[in-house]
Amino acid sequence: MSIKKWARIRSPWLIHFNTGGCNGCDIEFVAAITPRYDVERFGILLKGTPRQADILGVTGPITMQVAHRVLRVYKQMPEPKFVVAIGTCAVSGGAFKDGYSVYGGVDTILPVDVYIPGCPPKPEAIINGIVKLIEKIKG
Amino acid sequence: MRYGTTIKVPFGPQHPALKEPECFLFEVEGDFVVNVKPRIGYIHRGIEKAFENNTYMHDLYLAERICGICSHAHTVAFTQTVEGLVSLEIPQRAQYIRLIMAELERLHSHSLWVGIAAHEAGFDTMFMYLWRDREMIMDLMEEISGNRVLHAINTIGGVRRDINDEQANKIRKYLDKFEENIKNYIKVLETENTFLKRTVGVGILKPSDAIALCAVGPTLRASGIKNDVRKDDPYLLYDEIPFEVITHDGCDVFARTIVRCEEMLESIKIIRYALDHMPKGELKVKAPRTFPPNESIGRVEAPRGELIHYTKSNGTSKPERYKVRSPTLGNLASVCKTLIGAHIADIPMILAGIDPCFSCMDRILIKKRS
Repeated sequence: MSIKKWARIRSPWLIHFNTGGCNGCDIEFVAAITPRYDVERFGILLKGTPRQADILGVTGPITMQVAHRVLRVYKQMPEPKFVVAIGTCAVSGGAFKDGYSVYGGVDTILPVDVYIPGCPPKPEAIINGIVKLIEKIKG
Repeated sequence: MRYGTTIKVPFGPQHPALKEPECFLFEVEGDFVVNVKPRIGYIHRGIEKAFENNTYMHDLYLAERICGICSHAHTVAFTQTVEGLVSLEIPQRAQYIRLIMAELERLHSHSLWVGIAAHEAGFDTMFMYLWRDREMIMDLMEEISGNRVLHAINTIGGVRRDINDEQANKIRKYLDKFEENIKNYIKVLETENTFLKRTVGVGILKPSDAIALCAVGPTLRASGIKNDVRKDDPYLLYDEIPFEVITHDGCDVFARTIVRCEEMLESIKIIRYALDHMPKGELKVKAPRTFPPNESIGRVEAPRGELIHYTKSNGTSKPERYKVRSPTLGNLASVCKTLIGAHIADIPMILAGIDPCFSCMDRILIKKRS
């Protein structure tokens, strides 16, 4: 294992972007970084800027107006980068997939590494998804 | 000091202080904001159109997904509106269960917000404490409804689940602990210098401005105006329950924090009273699947303020028109007013001060002409 990969799997930093979700997944996502679940013990930190992040956590269906914004956030992230779709809306569009202003799930515009279904997924499920991603990075 | 020239500073859609994508364009002169232009609509999902394409029963679950934080308030407003179409009376026990869930949701929403406010002020310890205690409320809601966030406990004509004695005792036990902690946090927030320096005198909204700009909820009450749908236009059984409308004369972000903290204490009292006075009985009455042509409005005091749902039926199982007016839209004009003249460093604090929930609010689609 190269030293870069070793460092990466011990400190997967996250950026969170809401692409039109109802906040349900977002509060569960934030709950995962607070004391009850505390993902920081695994080196997982929430970052404010895409330039410091390895993983993009997307919640919500991709709305027309936010699509180019999420692409921009994705482009600003350094390689290698990973995308986690959190919640049913991000996975497939969910209840809003037929909406006139919604494209659908995140995979309509970005390559997705891990899908976490649930409306909203519990913090345990979100942590499980990120752990699965870390295993995928290990290869 | 006047500089004579202004600089435009975009804030969002992706910004660490905002959990949702929304853009504010600030014109700043030196260190002060002189003009604000909000650009809303990033989370527009076409939900009102979706309402028209689905049956009332499906719409109930769609209403829940307008907002994940005040999901129960939206379903209460929805059921109230749809039941209003045929003047359906729901059983007393169902009303009490709806009310208990609504107040538990207020507890979770306010504790979430006070945590976020502390975080914006750089007081992360308080953020972590409040979110730890919030998990108690989440546990209670999971125990009662089976879900942590989207509870799906309301149905047209009543509620889907009961609260048994064991659950009632658990609620009482957890609330005692929660109340003790909140009282402690109020004491800390009122004396902690880091927090006071960031909030007192920041984001002043005068009572006259608050009324003129249609502010609602805790933002309005923190400007010293007694206004609460639960008291002014009682729904469910709020007219039978003794509680105070909390106001504060500070008009600043600190006042908004204290109003929300004290509202939590009031909510705890309401839940205790409701648990003690809940009659035994039916959980729901049979509701029709199609509704005769009529119009109806539901008003609810959501955690963020007054929430209005409107529907027009046309004799089929689908509504002809559905309209949602969320509290954040009411507060947006007032927050733009309070931002003018503020320091750039205070922007996140003031914006967070209204407890914005943009997913409730976005109803427009802006298209550029090609």
